[in-house]
Amino acid sequence: MSAWRAGWRKVAEKARPRLRRPPLLVLPAAGWFLWFLLAPLAIIFVYSFASKGVYGGVVMKFSLSNYVRSADLIYLHIFWNSIKLATLTAASCLLIGYPMAYVMATASARMRAFLLVMVVVPFWTNFVVRAYAVKVLLGEQGPVNALLASFGLISEPVVFANTAFAVWLGMVTNYLPFMVLPLYVSLEKFDFSLLEAARDLGASPVKVLFKVLVPLTKPGIVTGLVFTFTPALGEFVIPDLLGGAKTMLVGNLITEQFLKTRDWPFGSALSLLLILTVTGSLVLYLRMEARRQKAEEGA
Amino acid sequence: MSGAAWGRPRPKAPVAAKAMTAFAFLLIYVPLAALVVYSFLGPSNGPGTPDAGTLVWYEKVFSNTQILGSLYASLWVGLWSTVGATVIGTAAALALERTRFPGRGVLEGIVHVPLIMPEIVLGLSMLMWFVLLRITLGYFSIILAHITFSVSYVIITVKARLHGFDDSLEEAARDLGASPWQVFWRVTFPLIWPGVLSGALMAFTLSFDDFLITFFTAGVGSDTLPLKIYSMIKFGVSREINALSTLMLVFTFALVMFFFRPSKGVKTVT
Repeated sequence: MSAWRAGWRKVAEKARPRLRRPPLLVLPAAGWFLWFLLAPLAIIFVYSFASKGVYGGVVMKFSLSNYVRSADLIYLHIFWNSIKLATLTAASCLLIGYPMAYVMATASARMRAFLLVMVVVPFWTNFVVRAYAVKVLLGEQGPVNALLASFGLISEPVVFANTAFAVWLGMVTNYLPFMVLPLYVSLEKFDFSLLEAARDLGASPVKVLFKVLVPLTKPGIVTGLVFTFTPALGEFVIPDLLGGAKTMLVGNLITEQFLKTRDWPFGSALSLLLILTVTGSLVLYLRMEARRQKAEEGA
Repeated sequence: MSGAAWGRPRPKAPVAAKAMTAFAFLLIYVPLAALVVYSFLGPSNGPGTPDAGTLVWYEKVFSNTQILGSLYASLWVGLWSTVGATVIGTAAALALERTRFPGRGVLEGIVHVPLIMPEIVLGLSMLMWFVLLRITLGYFSIILAHITFSVSYVIITVKARLHGFDDSLEEAARDLGASPWQVFWRVTFPLIWPGVLSGALMAFTLSFDDFLITFFTAGVGSDTLPLKIYSMIKFGVSREINALSTLMLVFTFALVMFFFRPSKGVKTVT
């Protein structure tokens, strides 16, 4: 069935008219991307080798000083903070999201549709609002403190605000859909009879999980990790609102260069380093995706 | 999705997985519920007494001209960026899905750049570009920025809906003597418009909700609703923010419910 479908798709693909030049219809989009996406990104590259003028302008004289400066211990430490937070977020999302995706993939069609909507709805709500909701929940007069007090567990309100826990909660609830959706797509196509086969052959549940389920849903896991890790790396608004900006992150540092110190060249260099990290994980992701498609078409 | 996987028997998920799912939904929805509940509570009369139910925060929101101004700005920006992104994106999706041409792969790659690039990078790169081009930062620059990331989502959504589009219908119309313009409006558009609508709704929601890119491209004195909420949170917590946030939640929920409304025979695009 699926082989037939893949074959049919290939025929349809071949039947598509092959044009010598890009059609007129793509020109507006291509022009727009060129002018408002690629040119601005190129500016980051160019400015990162310039230097800051006396009054905050950009002096176009080639130098590597911004990159040398970004290797300073202070800035390396800030990069490290961001990597730690992004890793913790991605790992937490995987641990929470994998069982969720498994439940969704094995649920009845009705339940599955319901769960999908439940996962996607917060994805569409404003993330400033969601961060604020976490602040309300954990506030000194918030419901968690009220509940603890009513059970007589605490006499003084517990200060959750501006703690690592508040930041963790805000980050995880924000990025969870990015993890669950690709995992769900992977698990939805998974042939669950393989689990049974492995069990029949005497594999323990743990072995089934790590030798069958995880390897076969690896594309979903990698996609999920890329989609949570990369945006989390540049994130600073959630830590800012929930953590009281106690730890400096790459996002704060970059924003400061643009809105406070007006050192655009240094900010550009930092942004380029961020882009390089993101591109690195994107290349990894695209490779996996290409391999998956090849395997699918061969099936 | 793939037809083959559907028929196979699926095992029941372990209890631990179900418990984790329930826990995750609690993590997501309890804060939102707290936000909504507290928007209806007034300050208590001293410690120990429970807060009283009130609509005072909503009255404050609706009499705050600054908030209403930023709401108006958000709707205006959303409208124009949706129009721009939908027209540009639909045209590109039609060509990308149905023809092959040199550079198609490159363009497909570029479409995904706004999805994977950190928002902060998109925002500041456009800030520098606008300043370089001497485009005054304000609602116009926000609209340009919003179109840039929305076009990608429109292209992806419309393309997904075009998958499996039957080209022979257009061929039949052409054979019967319809002009290209007639073919588009009488045959193609009626067939693809659910996809176009999905793309437009997505573009509007993204624009209405965007914070970071707007933050960089807004300049001084132009506030959209998310920017306004952010500065309200920064400058002290009042339950007026709860009321405003609740209204935004309701609005987005309504949009999403419309987006995901049960439709028979039409695949929901996530």
